[in-house]
Amino acid sequence: MLKVKVNDIDIEVEEGLTVLQACEIAGAEIPRFCYHEKLSIAGNCRMCLVEIEKSKKPVASCAMPVADGMNIKTNTKLVEKARKGVMEFLLANHPLDCPVCDQGGECDLQDQSMFYGIDKSRFKENKRFVPEKYMGPLIKTQMTRCIHCTRCVRFATEVAGVPEIGAIGRGEDMQITTYLEKAMESELSANVIDLCPVGALTSKPYVFEARPWELKKTESVDVMDAVGSNIRVDTYGWEVKRILPKINEDINEEWISDKTRYACDGLKYQRLDVPYIKKENSFKKISWHDALQILKDKINVTKPEKIAGLTGDLTNMETLFASKELFHKVLKSKNLESREKNIYINLNDRKNYLFNSEIKGIEKSDLILLIGTNPRYEATMLNARIRKSFLKNNTEIFSLEDLGDLTYNYKVLSNTTEEVKKIIENNCDISSKIKNAKYPLVIFGESALTLNSSKYMFEGFKKFLNENNKITEEWNSLNILNTNASAVGSYDLDIVCKTNETLEKIDKNFFEIIFLIGQDNISIDKKNEFIVYIGSHGDKGAEIADLVLPGAAFTEQNGYFTNLEGKLQMAFKASYPPGEAKEDWVIINEISKLIDGNGLFKDKNELLNAMNSQINSSKKNEFSNLFKEEYINEKILTLPIDYYHSNVIARSSKTMNECRNIRSKLKKTGTEG
Amino acid sequence: MSLKKVSKEQPDKFEFSEENLSLAKKIILNYPAEKKKSAVMALLYLAQKQNHNWIPLAAMKYIAKFLDISYINVYEVATFYSMYNLSPVGKYFIQICTTTPCMIRGAYKLVDVCKKNISEKENELSCKKNCSWTEVECLGACINAPMAQINQDYYEDLNVKQFEGIIKDILKDIKPKPGSYRGRVNSEPEKNRQTLIENKNA
Repeated sequence: MLKVKVNDIDIEVEEGLTVLQACEIAGAEIPRFCYHEKLSIAGNCRMCLVEIEKSKKPVASCAMPVADGMNIKTNTKLVEKARKGVMEFLLANHPLDCPVCDQGGECDLQDQSMFYGIDKSRFKENKRFVPEKYMGPLIKTQMTRCIHCTRCVRFATEVAGVPEIGAIGRGEDMQITTYLEKAMESELSANVIDLCPVGALTSKPYVFEARPWELKKTESVDVMDAVGSNIRVDTYGWEVKRILPKINEDINEEWISDKTRYACDGLKYQRLDVPYIKKENSFKKISWHDALQILKDKINVTKPEKIAGLTGDLTNMETLFASKELFHKVLKSKNLESREKNIYINLNDRKNYLFNSEIKGIEKSDLILLIGTNPRYEATMLNARIRKSFLKNNTEIFSLEDLGDLTYNYKVLSNTTEEVKKIIENNCDISSKIKNAKYPLVIFGESALTLNSSKYMFEGFKKFLNENNKITEEWNSLNILNTNASAVGSYDLDIVCKTNETLEKIDKNFFEIIFLIGQDNISIDKKNEFIVYIGSHGDKGAEIADLVLPGAAFTEQNGYFTNLEGKLQMAFKASYPPGEAKEDWVIINEISKLIDGNGLFKDKNELLNAMNSQINSSKKNEFSNLFKEEYINEKILTLPIDYYHSNVIARSSKTMNECRNIRSKLKKTGTEG
Repeated sequence: MSLKKVSKEQPDKFEFSEENLSLAKKIILNYPAEKKKSAVMALLYLAQKQNHNWIPLAAMKYIAKFLDISYINVYEVATFYSMYNLSPVGKYFIQICTTTPCMIRGAYKLVDVCKKNISEKENELSCKKNCSWTEVECLGACINAPMAQINQDYYEDLNVKQFEGIIKDILKDIKPKPGSYRGRVNSEPEKNRQTLIENKNA
């Protein structure tokens, strides 16, 4: 510990901190533009100047390591003058276009010039002008406003792992640009908008939409993937205007993926606002009362085993639980399924379907093995952690197949189950490497668990890791990477068909009534089934439905989601469902009320209490026995994900469409040219 | 100096000649293996020499791949330094020093010669496309002012007539003799040495 003085306050700080961090510990605020906790230190904005005793000149505190006995002063005349000087230089070439700048109201430069600047400029020359740069469909640039803090450059190279932004030219002619003004090829690109302390990089889809002080801010969680990134939903009336990251060091740090951020305009389009019934191949509007009556009549003449239900990827746990109760208690049917494919899941223990090492645990790992998963597209934020670990610990990363650019280097093994067999039979280099590693990570993707030998691989790996003490209280190296936000919640609630045959029977057109509860990702070859769709968007599910009941999206109802690590988080209600649409669990409760006269729950509290007791009850499940534990030599192929179109909200989003078009164009022409 | 414009006409391909390739590999060996990207400046200069005094984008990509770094890294370096030309400058690239000592000794008269004989504007190719000119800051030959640098060579102690002769030679693709045009040896006085005569090594 080092003893330092900040403004005559004695504090003790750890070694290796910077003067700026020491000042923060002491409670002295230091203005800054280029310094950012999560990025490397640049020291080029000079705003953080402080006075240190025995130093003739003011010192840039962000780049100065703290030393024992330092006497730091942040409130002297010299510091004030230095800050004013720096501010004057920064503003010399900065345009005075705050009234038309989207950063207005949340601009670091604006705020700090109020606190530390002077009232007028002595700069009489012409301000410099920098042409706008094209940085893709998400980032709007106004480079005249740029103050060259290089946060975006550092973010692109360090965190996103796509070194495509850089500073060209020098001195007054320095300009920040992407290489030859191409769109940034990263799923994290839009984070540079948050990082930009001025209005140089702003959000293109949100341009001139609203001012920050007009928006209602709701803290929530993301459902685009199973990571459960923490977000802040900004709404103006009903409309979700934008989604921003909320800091959660355990999950998403302070970044979110582009899909999380920009799929929100999908909440405006293709929405279902009234119930519809299909008559003569076209949809007719119908009242709630009539819709539910039709459904009741249909259910009354159908045998329970002929009724099936599929829950979706964005469904919250309340709805999942209500659906389960509806099927088990009211409809007396066992055909409720949450999986989209017959994935091998061992429900005996929660550890069998979680990302056990946790996302923050990735940071200390020293070996990572990817089996049938592409984390870049399946869990973007988790991939960013892997990159962080790769940079920090020089982690060795192996993948069974070549997945293209994952933003870090990895070694490709052969993508056959034979390779896995060799590893778990302790028969190759990787096995000994896993044994020798202190914190190894084995990540199973859903693609690997759909294979015929998935049980053999998973249970075999579990045994192998157990035998070598890699599954302990302290460190569990066996991980499953689920891709759907609802996946872990469904498994917690046991929403898998116990006989494992619902999906097969649907293919064989066995059922007479199929409930699609927010399920839009399964293609059903419809014959005579009566399909009921409960959900928010008119997509694949509603298209084939006979009866459409409008539900709410994740921003329009309070709902629990369990992320892939098993953390229970709540998505809060930021807006309300459009038109006559209702919250999903209410719809299901009304259906059950109609059929048995009582309804499942009196109110939400009753539902939550019932759900909690169910989650906490111990698990015993014989389901996994249905899978054959056999070894077949087959290829492990990670199923490609249509990243920008992976769920209904993203599919309805214009921004996501645009991103997808640009990406597919890039693929066609190739980036090498 | 303003931001350098990248030429719109770009060749599709660039590769080091065999001779330069071995030279490039030698240059990389000057640096530790994990820091071979430090060779970027030397390689850019090599590429410039090979490609008639300018660096096409293909060469930047080639060097980036050669050193395992991103394109933007090479692009940043290439745009930073004024010694790298990013658009064609012709086989003969004339740089006229117009900093104070040269200016006083008539550098702008040399500029006028260029304007008359090569092209109206800086950085514009002559009609035969084999040379171009530009004004630069001090080239460190103030004692031999005014001067011009043509490719690797200094032409010093110039007057308008001599410089016109040089340019005419260049336009005919004849390389003129470099050095002082008043017969001086390096920066020694015109009529041999006047001081320190007894000191041989001075």
